Amino acid sequence: MTTTPIKPVSPAAPERSETPIIMGMIAVLAVLPLLGVYPYFVMQALCFALFACAFNLLIGYVGLLSFGHAMFLGTAGYASAHAAKVWGLAPELSILFGTLASGALGVLVGLIAIRRQGIYFSMTTLALAQMIYFFYLQAKFTHGEDGIQGVPRGLFLGVLDISKPLVLFYVVLAIFVAGFLLIYRTINSPFGEILKAIRENEPRAISLGYRTARYKLAAFALSAALAGLAGATKVIVSQNASLTDVRWEMSGEVVLMTLVGGLGTIFGPVVGAFIIIAMQQYLAEFGQWVLVIQGVIFVACVLAFRRGIVGEAAKVLRRNL
Amino acid sequence: MVEDFILETKGLTKEFAGFTAVRDVDLRVRRGSIHALIGPNGAGKTTCFNLLTKFLPPTRGAIAYNGRDITSMAPADVARLGLIRSFQISAVFPHLTGMENVRVALQRHRGDNFDFWRSKKVLDDLNGRAMALLEDVGLTEFADVTAVEMPYGRKRALEIATTLALDPEMMLLDEPMAGMGHEDIEKVVELIRRVSANRTVLMVEHNLNVVANLSDTITVLTRGQILAEGDYATVSANPEVQQAYLGASHG
Ligand SMILES: Nc1ncnc2c1ncn2[C@@H]1O[C@H](COP(=O)(O)OP(=O)(O)OP(=O)(O)O)[C@@H](O)[C@H]1O
Ligand SMILES: [Mg+2]
Repeated sequence: MTTTPIKPVSPAAPERSETPIIMGMIAVLAVLPLLGVYPYFVMQALCFALFACAFNLLIGYVGLLSFGHAMFLGTAGYASAHAAKVWGLAPELSILFGTLASGALGVLVGLIAIRRQGIYFSMTTLALAQMIYFFYLQAKFTHGEDGIQGVPRGLFLGVLDISKPLVLFYVVLAIFVAGFLLIYRTINSPFGEILKAIRENEPRAISLGYRTARYKLAAFALSAALAGLAGATKVIVSQNASLTDVRWEMSGEVVLMTLVGGLGTIFGPVVGAFIIIAMQQYLAEFGQWVLVIQGVIFVACVLAFRRGIVGEAAKVLRRNL
Repeated sequence: MVEDFILETKGLTKEFAGFTAVRDVDLRVRRGSIHALIGPNGAGKTTCFNLLTKFLPPTRGAIAYNGRDITSMAPADVARLGLIRSFQISAVFPHLTGMENVRVALQRHRGDNFDFWRSKKVLDDLNGRAMALLEDVGLTEFADVTAVEMPYGRKRALEIATTLALDPEMMLLDEPMAGMGHEDIEKVVELIRRVSANRTVLMVEHNLNVVANLSDTITVLTRGQILAEGDYATVSANPEVQQAYLGASHG
């Protein structure tokens, strides 16, 4: 082996970069409100898209199915709402505080859940999320069923007046893009390569000397923090933090979004989030039927569209999406 | 003459719910040798490997590697000491390419790989070495093929290349040639002989020609216990071994 000459390598099929598609996605999102799409709707969808991307980092690239991700969305929501309203922190600091709070909770939950495998991992996250839910239901500062209302927006970074809808929109878009790019970089980093190896075959990764529990914990905390970033931003947008964001239904919704868009794809969670949020918006008049329609979509995805919309497109185009 | 054993077990025992898969095994593997572990199906060979690499906790007994007690160590830490195993059922990363499979192992030399903010382009430095390893096992054309698309024999070869990427001091190979065609077997025998020059190999193998050809020492295991040990001539002349082999399987 020592005598084998080292040759320069050029991959036979050069990997096609996703950069142009990412640029295109950002451009489309940036002009949406100018085309008459209701900015509030796009901002909501962007927050859920970031939430779904954070969730997808775990299920798609580490193979960990968290059934309790709403706890990170909601914790950051309450933390940033409290910080902005009670402590009077600036919006960027409130968001940062919420993000860190969820990241810290992610470390704690991760330490407990990571040791379980497969469905036991999922059940553990669900159980812990329910405990967190009951805590918020009882705690004083969350104001129970009322939630924290009238969260102030103020000046973002001291200069951007986010009480103006369009300014708020571009701030939210910037936060989404930053989170999206961080996730994109993570899955294309040396760390991401190890995560994929763990997803593919954990015992083999261990046998190569990787302490996989630490990698899984790091990924879990990162995902929790990014879900928190989404939750904190969402609270600044809607100006209220409520129990809706910590309910188990919310944990289910993010699974649905990711599944519809395409698990383990880069753009799938974004597409899935927009579809589900649009459905809730435009089908609201059907009342309870929205749930039924969502259920049907879920079943259709599981049965026919296993790869989700983006996943199927990627297969047809024979490239990563 | 002082004998130098890289791996030594004492009274190694594994019980599964009352059934003893490995019983009182005292195994000693000489440094730099190729040591074969053979025995009929269900003899406990794979269980032994799982114990040695700490994928299973032993019920009783002790394991020493390089004179160091590793009995209660975590499996990843055992691997970090240079004791790398392969698996009986081919262990590749199915949706990674041949190149990426080997590179995952090469990444270990970077130390911790928690740098999520860095582009994986920093790993391109490893490509040359990865390619050389693939070439060594005849997988040059498979560098860009995902492992799941490779024929079985190629997967096994990829697994060996991945193991070699860590330049392990000792390799445990669980039936590395199972499912391979005649030509591939010869290649892998050659490869094992070559790479064993500066390391120790402990292998489970059913193909007795290969065992006779490659190994310095053979340990025969039946029903979890060591039945015989020695070089091929000694072991194959043992009537109990002949009995065990004829009685249990025809292979
Ligand atoms: N996790 C387990 N739980 C219960 N029994 C087990 C377990 N693993 C192995 N066994 C049993 O232990 C015995 C030894 O199995 P092992 O896989 O070590 O045999 P082997 O020598 O590797 O056989 P083969 O040549 O078929 O690979 C078998 O009877 C098997 O059924
Ligand atoms: Mg076996």
